[in-house]
Order: sequence, then C-alpha cells, then structure tokens
Amino acid sequence: MKLYMKYVFLLLKSQMQYMSSFIMMVISQFFTPFALLAGIYFLFERFGSIGGYSMFEVFLCYSIIGMCFSIATCFARGFDVFANMIRTGSFDRILVRPRSTVLQILGGNLDLKRVGHFIHSILLLVIAIMQAPIDWSITKGIVLFNMIVSGTLIFSAVYLLQATAAFWTTEALEVANIFTHGIKEHASYPLDIFPKWITVFFTFIIPFGTVNYLPLEFILDRTEGSPLIYLLIPFAGGLFILPCLMFWQFGIKKYTSTGS
Amino acid sequence: MISLSHICKEYRVATRSEGMKAALKSFFKREYISVEALKDISFDIKRGEIVGYIGPNGAGKSTTVKILCGVLVPTSGNCSVLGLVPWENRLKHVSHIGVVFGQRSQLLWDIPVIDSFSLLKDIYRVDELSYKENLEELSYVFGLEEYLSIPVRQLSLGQRMRCEIAASMLHNPQILFLDEPTIGLDAVSQIAVRNYIRRINKEKDVTVLLTTHDMGDVEALAERVMLIGKGQILYDGSFSSMKSRYDTVNLITIEYDPTMHLKQPEHTALVSNENGRAILSVDTSKTAASSVIGQLSSSLWVKDISVQSRPIEEIIAEIYEEYEI
Amino acid sequence: MKKYLSLLKVRFLNNLQYRAAAIGGLVTQFFWGIMLVYIFRAFYGNSSVSDGMSFQELVTFVWLQQGFLSFIFLYDWDYELLEMITTGGICYELIRPVNLYSVWYVKLLSKRVARGLLCFAPVILLGFLMPEPYTMSLPYDAVALLLFVVTLLLSLLLIVAISMLIFISIFVTLSPVGSISIFATIGEFFAGMTIPIPFMPIWLQKVCMFLPFRYTADLPLRVYSGNIRAGDAVVGIAIQTVWIVGLVILGNLCMKRVTRLSMVQGG
Repeated sequence: MKLYMKYVFLLLKSQMQYMSSFIMMVISQFFTPFALLAGIYFLFERFGSIGGYSMFEVFLCYSIIGMCFSIATCFARGFDVFANMIRTGSFDRILVRPRSTVLQILGGNLDLKRVGHFIHSILLLVIAIMQAPIDWSITKGIVLFNMIVSGTLIFSAVYLLQATAAFWTTEALEVANIFTHGIKEHASYPLDIFPKWITVFFTFIIPFGTVNYLPLEFILDRTEGSPLIYLLIPFAGGLFILPCLMFWQFGIKKYTSTGS
Repeated sequence: MISLSHICKEYRVATRSEGMKAALKSFFKREYISVEALKDISFDIKRGEIVGYIGPNGAGKSTTVKILCGVLVPTSGNCSVLGLVPWENRLKHVSHIGVVFGQRSQLLWDIPVIDSFSLLKDIYRVDELSYKENLEELSYVFGLEEYLSIPVRQLSLGQRMRCEIAASMLHNPQILFLDEPTIGLDAVSQIAVRNYIRRINKEKDVTVLLTTHDMGDVEALAERVMLIGKGQILYDGSFSSMKSRYDTVNLITIEYDPTMHLKQPEHTALVSNENGRAILSVDTSKTAASSVIGQLSSSLWVKDISVQSRPIEEIIAEIYEEYEI
Repeated sequence: MKKYLSLLKVRFLNNLQYRAAAIGGLVTQFFWGIMLVYIFRAFYGNSSVSDGMSFQELVTFVWLQQGFLSFIFLYDWDYELLEMITTGGICYELIRPVNLYSVWYVKLLSKRVARGLLCFAPVILLGFLMPEPYTMSLPYDAVALLLFVVTLLLSLLLIVAISMLIFISIFVTLSPVGSISIFATIGEFFAGMTIPIPFMPIWLQKVCMFLPFRYTADLPLRVYSGNIRAGDAVVGIAIQTVWIVGLVILGNLCMKRVTRLSMVQGG
C-alpha cells in the first residue's frame, strides 16, 4: 500500500508537468458523456418511460455505472493498455522486479483525466437522487455505496480479463474496449427488459446486474424480503474479481512458458 | 554463481505465405511451426566475471537472458542462479539481480531521476540506511550528483544510461544483466559507460553478463566471450584467443623506393602496389608478420612500414558467415 | 493511382491477420445489437409505431448499424497514425514520393474495409435469424437496396475524409487525443449513431441536415428500409458527393499546410 501511494504520488507529479493539456482533457471528459445523456433524454421525451422506469430512475443507474466506470478506468488504466506493455516488452521489466505484477501495473498507470467523467457522474447522481421519487434510508445509502464499490471492482475485473487476454493475443485490445464502453452505455437500463439469457449473463457471468439492477430495485422499493440480501448482493458481484485474478496468474504462467 | 545446463527452448510461430488466397486461408486455419530458439545451451559463470555474450540478431541472446532473469521458462534443462532456479522462485530470485535493457528505460520520463530511484528503493525494499549509502557511492562513482534533480526527458542518452545502470544497482544485486548498454551512445559516453561498468564490477564485485553488438564493449570489458548462433554456443573462451583463432590475416603496409622491385614473400598476397606503396596481406597461421617484415626490409629500401590486424567487426562477421548464422 | 491501389491491397491483407480482433468484434457487435433492439422494444412498449420510425425499421437500422459499424463509426483511432503525429515521426513519411494525405486516407480506408467485410455478413445473417419481432427485414425494394449500397460506399469515403480532418487537427493543435475525442462523440451523435435521427426533436433534426455527419450513417441505414424514400436518397447522394469532394480538398489543403509547418519547425 505504501508503495502504491508512492507510485500515485510520482504519477501525479508527472502529470502536473502537463497541466494545461490535462485540464483540457478533464473538461472534454466532463462534456463527452452528455451526448449519450442527451440521447437517453430524447428517447424518454419521445416514449415517456421504459419498462415502467422513469427517466430519472434510469439516470440514477446510468450515473452509478458512469462513476464505477470512471474510477475503474482511472485506476486500472494499466490493464487497459497492457497489450502495449507486452508488445513493447515493458512487461519483462515488471517481471524482473520482486513485487506483485498487479501492484506494479496498477501503480505504473493512472488515467487522471477520468476525473472529468467522474464529476459528470456525481452531478448526474445528485440530480437523479433529487428528482427520482425515492424514500431514502440509511440502508439504501449503504446499498448505493456498495453498488459503487463493487461496480468499480467489476469494471476493474473486466479490464483485468482484457489484459489477461493479451497473453494469448495482442490484437483484441479494441474489441475489449468496445465491450467496456458498451457496458458503460447499455448497462444503464433495468435488466428485466432483456431476455432471460442476457439477464443471466449479467448476473452470473459478468455480474453487473448485482451492482445496478438488483440493488436498484431495492432502492426503488420494488422488492420484498429482507434488505440484508440487497446489502450483500453487490459484494457477491465484487467477488467476481477473484477468479479474474486467478486467471491473470494463469496467464503469466503461460507467458513465461511460451514467451511472446 | 550462474550455471546453465542443457537448456532448450522451443517457440511456436504461425507461418504465413504470400497472396490474397493464403491470407484468407490463414484467417480460418493457421499453421504453426516450432522454432528452436535454444538448443542445448550450457555454461557456467563465476563470481566477479564480466562475460560478453555476442551473436547475430535472433540467435537466442535475449531468450537466454530472459531465462536467467526468470521471465521465461525453458522447454528443458536445468539452471541455477545464486542457488535458485530463476523461474521457480522468480520473486526471490529477481531481488538479487539487476537488469538494464539498453533500449527501454526503467526511469519515469517526466520526473527527476531521484524520484525514480526512491521508487525503486521501495520496490526492492531497500532500507533507508543502505539506500543512502548506495546512492552516495553510486552517484560518486557515476558522477550523478548534478543529474539527480533533472527530469529524465531532459537528460542526454549517455547521462540517462549512467542513471539506468545506477538505478539497477541500488538494491546491491550480485549479478547485473546488461542488454546493449552502449547502444546509440556517442564515443565519449560509450567509454564513460564502459568505465562505470568496469568500476562497479571491481569495486562491488558484481558479476556482469553483457549482451551487445558492439565489439568495442566486449574488447574493453570482457575477458570472456560467449558466441551464440542459431541457438547454440559456438565459442566460449577468452576474447584474445578468439581473436587470434579467427584472425588469421594481418595487413602490412610498406612504403619503399619505387625504383626497386618488390619481391613478394611466401604466404602473402599482394593487395595493392602503386608508386612505392604496397599493401600485403599475411596469412598468420602460416607465417609471422615479423618474418615477412624481415624479408621485405632485407630486399627493399623501406621508408615506412606498419602492421594492422583487421577490425574486430570484420572478424566477427566472418565467424558469422563461417557458421552460416 | 496504381500505387495507392496496391497499398490498399497490402493493408487489407495485413488487416486480415487480425483474426482474434475480427471474431471478437463480431461477437461484441452482435451482442450490443441484441441489447439495443431489446432496449428499444422496451421503449416502444406495446405500440410498434412511433412518429418517424416503426419498430420494424428500427430493428433493421440497428442490425445494419452493427453489421457495418466499421464503415460508419467515427470513433476509430488509428494508433499507428496517432503515434506518428505525437512523436513527430510523420516527418519521415515526407521522404516518400507519395501524397501523404492519400497514403493515410488509403490506410484508414483499407482498415475499415477489411473489418467491415469480415463482420457484416455474419452480423446481418444473425440479424435475419433473430426471432420476431427482432428480425432484420429485407430491403424495402430493389431500388432501395441499390441506393443503400451506393450511399453506404459514399459514406465510407466521407467518414474517412472526416476522420482525416480530425487527425490533422490533432497535428495542428498538438492537443492530446483525449480532448479531441469530444468532437468524435458529437459527430457520432449528429450522425444518428447514438440514437436514430427521427427520435430527435425537430429542431435538432434540422441541425443534423446541415452537418456532414448524418450522411455517414443515418442516410444509408434508413434508405435500406425505405424510411428515407428513393427521391430523398438521390438528393442525399448528391449532398454526400459534395461533402466528400469538399472535405477531401480541405483535408489536402490542411495537410499541405501542416507538413510545411512541421518542416519549418523541424518536427
């Protein structure tokens, strides 16, 4: 942890060397998501609601996903660009150092411009919370917090999977990007509008449903039964990162036995 | 210290032939061939040695180094570095070695060198006291004091390379792997870097394995040379004996009174002879240059005479050709 | 001209090597296609008609969009070119006896063609195999199909011209890639890629008509299903052509200026 803080400190120091372009990127990151938001807004203006959900309820979900995406993309940046590290051989450098590969890769890269997207999401979250008809309680607050933490973990896990794939092929980088960005754009809608197999996919395989749809239902008072389940469900989703870490280790084994 | 025995390494690579049809075919079905990067490599390196590891591109140099660093697992064979099998105890193993990749920096580009150093200190868990001592010693040896607070991007390549080597020495490694440490450097920096390598080898008793294409590096630093080609060790021994073994030709240039007739001594070939200036090549496996000089000076009035051995690069190129590598 | 054609062929073959990328792209495109049609199904609710676009037309729109994504999406960073721009390596390209603009135009084009040809057939086929009402429909009529093919090819030429301008503007302003991306996002929005243009309010639809972007995606995708009638499509083709010619000329001029500038500044 101490080492990670040092990494972060040094990366901040590097970033400060390019202050003006950094600010430009943050501003751009803040405004870019408005295009999609406008799209959703116009659809609601045309159609009124989606599957019984109002616009602000969808915005709530959208902002949470946006927040998780921006945090994960900021911190797990190293995995996002990992294919390049393999291509240029910088991964060998990481292997000749006596520290965990995950730590070194996380520490080596930060995508700080995502702050812009993060601020955008917070703003939207606040608006959605104020506009959506929700009776807030402490439990719901905690559930919301859990959603953000676990959602970030799941996005990071997807980046980790993408990085692991680079041990086999370095071509798939863009595809994985389509995937993570696609989730950011399409996973904001309640899962029950999708056919069964998509619901299953997003609940048990890449468990975004456990951090948006299921707890969202709870926050919107559409569920019955103990709130405890909904407190815990996001964590179950967050656990998704564990098999991904194991897969990562397996990938390293493969890399060291075949080379690149 | 380092011991490799019967290391083999195979790769699988996709083959691909030319043309639209082949490209389409390979989209659906790919054919692979296995390539033997290393075929039964064995060697030992003792503590304190500087070993030059040379060979043409693709001969297996970097594969060997990767195996020694624990980054690559060989297909078969045994290896022990400092008593450990590198790829089995990678984390433990790498804290005792230092690695410099000449073409890839380990320093953070935009911030002062000293910051990168202190990050490395944490990565290698070097305690404060020995870090301070090391830093002081290294910056003295490498003359780094004035560079430490400068961002890496503003350093010249030669200055950066000194910092790179110092950076890889911060944790007191017992073995240093240097991959092309003088690539792209100007003559002055090259000599400086070689001096530093020699000094840390002497003063800190560090074993150095040096892979390079620059024969000047090898000549200046390495007592021992290993030549690898097509995945096999072709020569392992002292640099000077390699030179004398393969360097069987000397060139003698003489200037003589052009009115006299040049009688060509035995085992020589006349390269050129114009206006009293002749160049003769001598087959040193048959006769010594000195006896040729003797014969020449007894029959001619010689104004000036000089003997050259061929440049080492030429010799190496000839060896590569001889082994068809 | 011949050298650009052979460059097109070489780059095309080279791009064919990216097998994993192609298959992965196919799967993701199909997957997002399914999600989109279900999202719109939920928006339409029980009705199947909305002003401007029936659900049937929309489904077809989505499948075409996913299938021909690499022909029509703007947000395609060519990392090779970007790296050349940011490192100044583009100056080395100047020593070759070719028109730099044309070379990069051809490279970007071949990348899109290679990926498009690999992806479109399977995605469209799967679109046809989807259960009702998510099935892709046949073209409105033979004329619509013909017009679709023409407008699609023209939009491919147009989108490459637009992305060339984006790359050149990065070169001119030396701004980070991240900050330019906002223009790509806005461009995609006005192209009808975020939501189809008929779903936008009237005033925004009018804005779209005056920008080049809708001629890169919206036009061909809606011509196919007859949402845009043949007469309008022919007008659209004329406008597409004007945009292509205009933007290519503009791009060439900018490129000339840029390269002269970079030679003066020493890269």
